[in-house]
Amino acid sequence: MQFRINGQTYAAEVDVRTSLLDLAREHLGLTGSKKGCDHGQCGACTMLVNGRRINSCLTLAVMHQDDEITTIEGLGAPGALNPLQAAFVKHDGFQCGYCTPGQICSATGMLDELAKGWPSHVTADLESVTFTDAEIQERMSGNLCRCSAYPNIVEAIREAAESQHLAEAAE
Amino acid sequence: MKPFHYARAGTPEDAARAGAVAGAKFIAGGTNLLDLMKLQVETPEQIVDISRLDLNQVEETEDGGLRIGALVPNADLAAHPLVRQRYEALSRALLAGASGQLRNKASTGGNLLQRTRCYYFYETGDACNKRSPGSGCAARDGFNRIHAVLGASEACIATHPSDMAVAMRMLDATVATQLPDGDRRRLSIGDFYRLPGDTPHIENALRPGELITHIELPAPPPGRQLYRKVRDRASYAFALVSVAAAIAVEEGRIASAKLAFGGLAHMPWRDGAIEEALVGQAPSDALFATASDTLLRDARGYGHNDFKIPLARRVLIATLKELTA
Repeated sequence: MQFRINGQTYAAEVDVRTSLLDLAREHLGLTGSKKGCDHGQCGACTMLVNGRRINSCLTLAVMHQDDEITTIEGLGAPGALNPLQAAFVKHDGFQCGYCTPGQICSATGMLDELAKGWPSHVTADLESVTFTDAEIQERMSGNLCRCSAYPNIVEAIREAAESQHLAEAAE
Repeated sequence: MKPFHYARAGTPEDAARAGAVAGAKFIAGGTNLLDLMKLQVETPEQIVDISRLDLNQVEETEDGGLRIGALVPNADLAAHPLVRQRYEALSRALLAGASGQLRNKASTGGNLLQRTRCYYFYETGDACNKRSPGSGCAARDGFNRIHAVLGASEACIATHPSDMAVAMRMLDATVATQLPDGDRRRLSIGDFYRLPGDTPHIENALRPGELITHIELPAPPPGRQLYRKVRDRASYAFALVSVAAAIAVEEGRIASAKLAFGGLAHMPWRDGAIEEALVGQAPSDALFATASDTLLRDARGYGHNDFKIPLARRVLIATLKELTA
């Protein structure tokens, strides 16, 4: 089987039961994505598939041979942090750090959804999405942080979004 | 997870034929199926991957409705301009369910086919007539806070977990399918789902291999729509009680009323007697009390879920007040 991850092509022969998460972690050495619950409840495994955030633990690798997959390793690297990564460091958006790759991949997909004007459960008018902390909180509810760094995660995401002018796009 | 054979289907007809084999299951988003396979609640021998089928469009129909491909992801359906403009209850119901990641993956057809979140269905060491027919029901005398108060049976008191399906039932959706013999058929969503009776493992009218290809909505009902959901957390939790509603008021009287309920039963609950009681009447507290008496006339709690009966009453009354104000 062939996979496209972070712009590179990988070949691997894996059991059809292998999740996309286990493919990356156990077979390709991409251990940035984390396994928390393995049941889609915690968000630690969040990856971007064709630009959309998903729980990589709840999908089979074999189903994603034609997709462009992005993991935290594809978003930035030590010395070359992307704006969200830098903002998480600046605002102390973590304590133990285990949920952080999933938080950042999820926030990346979430900000794209916001820029497209997708509404959320807390959007008052479905036709007009505004960029608020309440929107960030609702849209990030699929990512748990057992250290409860939530206020700082929201601050980090808000600042990164503002720096990328994504907030204005959603006004 | 038990081993299985995997094959990707090229057309709906191929998928239906492959899915008719004993032990076969379709996979689209996979968010519910894989969860259950990891726990060996589901143990398919053959997985038919339908995720690449060309069933991901939302199209307007000639009668002013929508034809929604079974593979349209929940997130895309919720955000679709025509759904936002004309079927607000559906958009709201989708957005009230799951998380951003799950809504990006979960499909429209798969959402309809979600299995219950009854704790005992998930726990393979416990009795569950739905998972293991004839083994009994551990929920009746167990922790049953999330369980049904309407339409339950001796065999099963599980609830259907979907928010989307509640809105679909209110909106009179039709489920369109492909059969393995090449035929197609259409089922109203009311006929699609089943109450548990003594066969709670049979949850819908689908035959072996029958593939949901589309969900069709008629033109939107008159009046304002909403989806109100009560749950244990502010986000990312299943409904304890929910209601999808569309109510039109003309000249001080209710001209049209459509209501469906989640969290109360084995299927999205709809009761024509409530709608009949409301239509033609002037909105009043007494009328809304009568409507909630009607909804709950046969309600029965099992201990931990007794609270759902007064909660459902209050949710219905609040909804009716909001939509007739």
